[in-house]
Amino acid sequence: MNFPDDLLYSEDHEWLRVEGNRGIIGITDYAQEELGDVVFVELPSVGEEFKAGDNFGVVESVKSVSDMYIPVSGRVVEINEDLDGAPELVNEDPYGKGWMIVVEMTDPEETSDLMSASEYEAFVKESE
Amino acid sequence: MKLVPLIFEMSREGRCGYSLPALDVPKVDDAIPADMVRGSEPNLPEVSEVDVIRHFTNLSHLNHGVDTGFYPLGSCTMKYNPKLNEDVAKLAGFTESHPYQPESVSQGNLRLIYDMEKFLAEVSGMDRVTLQPAAGAHGEFTGISIIRAYHEHRGNKKTKVIIPDSAHGTNPATATMCGYRVVKVESDERGGIDLDKLQDALDDEVAALMLTNPNTLGLFDENIDKITELVHSVGALCYYDGANLNGTLGKARPGDMGFDVVHINLHKTFSTPHGGGGPGAGPVGVKKELIDFLPVPLVDYDGEKYYFNYNVPHTIGKVRSFYGNFDVVVKAYAYILFNGPDGLRSVCENAVLNANYIMENLKDLYYLPYDRYCKHEFVVSSKWQKQKNSVRTTDVAKRLLDFGIHPPTVYFPLIVEEALMIEPTETESKETLDTFISVMRQIAKEAAEDPDFVKSAPHDTPVGRLDETRAARHPVLRYKKD
Repeated sequence: MNFPDDLLYSEDHEWLRVEGNRGIIGITDYAQEELGDVVFVELPSVGEEFKAGDNFGVVESVKSVSDMYIPVSGRVVEINEDLDGAPELVNEDPYGKGWMIVVEMTDPEETSDLMSASEYEAFVKESE
Repeated sequence: MKLVPLIFEMSREGRCGYSLPALDVPKVDDAIPADMVRGSEPNLPEVSEVDVIRHFTNLSHLNHGVDTGFYPLGSCTMKYNPKLNEDVAKLAGFTESHPYQPESVSQGNLRLIYDMEKFLAEVSGMDRVTLQPAAGAHGEFTGISIIRAYHEHRGNKKTKVIIPDSAHGTNPATATMCGYRVVKVESDERGGIDLDKLQDALDDEVAALMLTNPNTLGLFDENIDKITELVHSVGALCYYDGANLNGTLGKARPGDMGFDVVHINLHKTFSTPHGGGGPGAGPVGVKKELIDFLPVPLVDYDGEKYYFNYNVPHTIGKVRSFYGNFDVVVKAYAYILFNGPDGLRSVCENAVLNANYIMENLKDLYYLPYDRYCKHEFVVSSKWQKQKNSVRTTDVAKRLLDFGIHPPTVYFPLIVEEALMIEPTETESKETLDTFISVMRQIAKEAAEDPDFVKSAPHDTPVGRLDETRAARHPVLRYKKD
């Protein structure tokens, strides 16, 4: 399973890519594998504000419907509208075309609560 | 068994299944304005009566139901529906009565509602019960609406409802529909509510805790007294989701556990038909502090006659036309009467015995996350099969179809990976349970020896494995000619 080194990871299996004060967020390779074929993604609207840990969207697969939790606080500035017509992108390219949202982070220090790739990999192994 | 063609494929131009008498009044052509008349004929199948009968009869043979086979669908309580229930509901006094009849000529029906309320109040440990809600989720909505009305009447602005992570999905949906924010509380390693986490979640903004007990793991919460006490200590109420009442029926009552509001699924615990077999019914019981908020009308007795009581001071109003799914109530009433109190207790005992019997006979081959006695159902996992041979719960479920067994509930509750939630109910014989156990053991063996065979199941059904992903991503919901 693939956990890129340049990302941060949450215990709820979301990843975060930090670009200045912007954070790009999606679900991990492990999460998409566990969910199975994704058939629908519900995302927030641009402009909505969330606190770290808030439920920001829903991902639905053939076997379950799961909430997604935002790893850092911020205001949504972009959402991936392609997922509406092509939810399979989440399975095919979870760290690329399957991204979910971009937020403007309000408290960049929160990123220190997240895991590195190696920590996340160990976390996933442990929970198996 | 073979597939049945679409009725549209049987259509032949000009074929017809009815004959109307000749028109014996003047023909009217302009009754509908020309711009509102459709331009082309609707695309309806042109078939004879016998075509229609054979088509739907053959389709019905493809069904699986409690009348055709074992149906261990966890948390759904797919028990056999005794035919005596149907005989009673078919009595002319019921079928030929009308909800607009005056009370004076509806005394039998009113008495049945009155008595049924008493029965359900006794079973649940509540003070009064409304029979109006038409299903379990409707009962939840009614119950939480009552709780909301109660808090508002007392001037308390409550904003949150606490729900454990093992809950049915309808619970958070209900709380949200009633305008509350959902706060999730995690389960502890015994499968019950984590008391410390519950304590942390409680404050005076909390309106209620919604709890299923036994929960969706089939486990009775050992701390239930403490839980309801904690919830009450912040002025919140306790809501009992009665989906799993079959696991405590006649043994423990939600009212005695400290719950204030309860819904009961007549189509589960009280053996009325389920799902497509007929409407449900989700009566809601409340403790006396909440009686004034119940839907109207209640049925009362003045010493001479039964009557509809609309005088409920803070009622949330009607939640269903007329008096609920009365026909369903009649069937459940019959079930309660012919079982009696001892019979209902043995329903629970046998449901629990059957579940534990299967659990004990599967736990060496399927991972059992919470290894303790269960109530009416239990949850195992295909985790070992997945780790060793990439055989998942979906595959196990599909393979069960080859044996004429309806699969258990799968991938639920969410806190168990690759979950299989098995509820045999009390109505199955030891032979049926043994057959199921041997099939599950055989599937575990196949998963180890020939995983591809399980992963490509089902093999003996009219259609093989469906492309569920494509069906969900690109649903085709209606027939189109060409």
